[in-house]
Amino acid sequence: MRYLPKSPADREAMLKAIGLRTVDELFAPIPAEYRLSRDLKVPRQMAESEIVDYFRQRSRENGEGYTSFLGAGAYSHYRPVIIDSLISRGEFLTAYTPYQAEISQGTLQSIFEFQTMICELTGMEVANASMYDGSTAAAEAVMMTVRLSGRRSVIVAQSLHPEYREVLATYATHQGMPLSVAGFGEEGRLNLKKLEKSITPETACVLIQSPNFFGTIEDVSAISEIAHRNGAMLVVSIAEAVSLGIIEPPREADVIAMEAQSFGVPLGFGGPYCGVIATREKFVRQMPGRLVGQTTDKQGRRGFVLTLATREQHIRREKATSNICTNQALVALMVNIFMTVYGRVGLKELAKQNLAKTAYAAAQFAKRGNVLFAGSPRFNEFVVETKEDPYAINSRLLGHKIVGGLPLQKFYPELGNAALWCCTELTTRIAIDTAVKLCAESPGLTRSAKEEAGVEEVAR
Amino acid sequence: MKPIPRKATRHVNQNEGLIFEKSSAGKAAWKLQPLDVPEVDTSKLLGSFERKDLGNMPEVSEIEIIRHFTRLSTWNYAIDLGMYPLGSCTMKYNPRVNEVVARVEGIANGHPYQPEKISQGALQILKTLSECLIEITGMDAITLQPAAGAHGEMTGLLMVRAYHHAQRRPRKKILIPDSAHGTNPATAAMVDYAVENLKSDSRGMVDIGALEAQMNEDVAALMLTNPNTLGVFEEQIHKIADILHAKGGLLYMDGANMNALVGKVRPGDFGVDVMHLNLHKTFSTPHGGGGPGSGPVAVKKILEPFLPTPVVVGKADGTLGFEYSRPQSVGRVRAFYGNFGMFVRALAYIQANGPDGLRQTTEDAVLNANYIRKGLEGTYDLPYSTPTMHEVVFSDRLQAKKGVRTMDLAKRLIDYGFHPYTTAFPLIVPGALMIEPTESESKEEMDLFIEAMKSIAGEVEEDPQIALEAPHSTRVSRLDETAAARKPVLRWKPPAE
Repeated sequence: MRYLPKSPADREAMLKAIGLRTVDELFAPIPAEYRLSRDLKVPRQMAESEIVDYFRQRSRENGEGYTSFLGAGAYSHYRPVIIDSLISRGEFLTAYTPYQAEISQGTLQSIFEFQTMICELTGMEVANASMYDGSTAAAEAVMMTVRLSGRRSVIVAQSLHPEYREVLATYATHQGMPLSVAGFGEEGRLNLKKLEKSITPETACVLIQSPNFFGTIEDVSAISEIAHRNGAMLVVSIAEAVSLGIIEPPREADVIAMEAQSFGVPLGFGGPYCGVIATREKFVRQMPGRLVGQTTDKQGRRGFVLTLATREQHIRREKATSNICTNQALVALMVNIFMTVYGRVGLKELAKQNLAKTAYAAAQFAKRGNVLFAGSPRFNEFVVETKEDPYAINSRLLGHKIVGGLPLQKFYPELGNAALWCCTELTTRIAIDTAVKLCAESPGLTRSAKEEAGVEEVAR
Repeated sequence: MKPIPRKATRHVNQNEGLIFEKSSAGKAAWKLQPLDVPEVDTSKLLGSFERKDLGNMPEVSEIEIIRHFTRLSTWNYAIDLGMYPLGSCTMKYNPRVNEVVARVEGIANGHPYQPEKISQGALQILKTLSECLIEITGMDAITLQPAAGAHGEMTGLLMVRAYHHAQRRPRKKILIPDSAHGTNPATAAMVDYAVENLKSDSRGMVDIGALEAQMNEDVAALMLTNPNTLGVFEEQIHKIADILHAKGGLLYMDGANMNALVGKVRPGDFGVDVMHLNLHKTFSTPHGGGGPGSGPVAVKKILEPFLPTPVVVGKADGTLGFEYSRPQSVGRVRAFYGNFGMFVRALAYIQANGPDGLRQTTEDAVLNANYIRKGLEGTYDLPYSTPTMHEVVFSDRLQAKKGVRTMDLAKRLIDYGFHPYTTAFPLIVPGALMIEPTESESKEEMDLFIEAMKSIAGEVEEDPQIALEAPHSTRVSRLDETAAARKPVLRWKPPAE
């Protein structure tokens, strides 16, 4: 077996040194009746070339070469090539959690820089070294506010990613945390009146997402005012990190729970991604997850260590702030490199391109269909309502190697034939125009052919 | 704090400051393609929501970024440099073909919501890996959704809870041996179970008498690591399972040490009802400086209805798809389907090994641990003489007489070119040295390690100061962790003007 660095003679010599005759003697502590006396039924040992072929084949069966308009918590942005060059270095790839600080300064310093940049972008004072993903970060952020506020009930915006809501519901089940959902209004944003009505002196926090699941930017100031006036905390989930380049961060939030996948992390069929929690300094001791801090060595040189570990499971066991141990360190390094590449100016320009593509696409769809929540500011997603079932539209698009917007029936049946479309800097005008045209190729769109004739054709 | 020294240092490669200290306005490492749609007036579109400034985000060029991270990387120890004998962490070789196949276009760029019709490749990977892991563990069903081992523990205990609830016999507590990982009690607390400590016997195993005394109808499950954190296989495992089952409890196995069992024995065969695996331990996916992990949870038939949604199913037309409607499910524990990129790597590892390779891997891991035990016995105190599986735990009792503790020995090991072993864990061994070589070490590498450990023990006898002040050869010496925690500096700030 090519990963094993021993010859039969080595094994013999080692057994002899231990004073054993056969390898089986090493397994004597396992009661004989349970020992496996046959081969495992797994694929036979394959050559490297066969393994590569196997996955290339799976790749061909997995949407290779399609143009996609999907977002909904997983975004397709360009990944600078140096991300993979750098994270492929064995010193990053094959290192463990940096508990031994003297030989882990590379990982520790890069996390310190990551924490700093997340603070700069979110307007928060402290950020942790990462969480599993945006959904679990949101759930853990909510649990953090329950500990901080001494209150238990939670209000969740219906415009929060539906799968994030599901994850929170799972986490809350046995925590005695009653959840209530606050709906959205005609603008596709949290209904402030409903929020005002549902908030009580027992409300620990209000959890919203901005830009929300529909791509609409929530009125964080107004929501924060209502939450804080009622003694509740505000948790804001950010699923599309690139929005931070051009959208004012939710500085009024008490805790921000992010999904940083947009920053250089491949879509990868849903993971691994990179959650992060950022908050105010005064709340740091209730924060879950690892933190890196600056300190000095015996000679007074700057160095970095894992710190405030008394919050964590390996010290506090059942009294820890969370059970999280392994996080998403290597993915956080991708995010870190991405943020460094684009930096202060690039992130803004990148975000602007997303805005421009989306504004163009929404305008094209609006000419031929109904774009919902049109009056609200948005980032790179929008909801299109059609007469025709969006699944039918999508199967037509699929024939042209285009993956259309995400039909919302499953998550929001009340929105009928609506679909969530996303454009990023990688979406071309040709793709947008083609998709709009194919959508219209049916009697399904809300406008008649007559009206359509009056719509000016888009230059290709 | 003394002022930070200036940059130039005498070393084979230069020191490296923070990226922010290299930044200056106008440098850039990016270039966007020209817009093919009209520019937009951002203030008109966004109004008061428009962000004007990105604060202290850096502005640097590409070569500076390459050098920055490359220099930083050289300050890390890594498996690629040498033996990394962290007990319980299983730092084995991370095969490079895994990284290649995880980056093939359709696998790296698949969107989690793309139609199932064009997701058959990913679904096939999920299904094949699931089947392999079910076979390896001897269980009946599996979820791949949990993002790491601790997340798997939570998922497993949620299923335990749901099971007892469905039986209309909700229970209150989880038994956890005193040798357990910290995640076990922390997880029990997250699903609102009380934790009851179970003590180990003089051989480092579950005390059967204590278990019998503590087991009752309030106990939902026992969370057991097997082999346990001493590297000891629980010989009475089936008796343990029987005691639990007789009173309606379940046996949860923490699979952190599954690398000692693969191909030799299956937890499903010795009475385990639910267990998690760490793909980043047993199945070679890289630790990456702390993650990502992946923590699939395998269960027996009785727990299958409670698996998180969605699950992969075969459809009438022969294709694969996701099933979301499962009324007894504990719900979702993560958005989408889990750390898919890790599934790809784990499957590639299983394929590279096959049944014979997997078995040989386990045998070599156990052989290596026993070889180190033999090599260091006598030099270091061995608190439990029970047979060792994949890891061996010594204590610093002999060296403590000279005032040298396990952490000092570990720091000195750094000077010999090895990553330290796990220190001060498990908690039942005061001053523990927990050593897990894994199968990835050659006889030569282990002989070097044994020699280094013996040399350190000799130094402690002659001049304990050497270990107490170690490491001596690293770029920074021992760091002041107390100061770091007392006045936390958790981010860089621009120097005051």
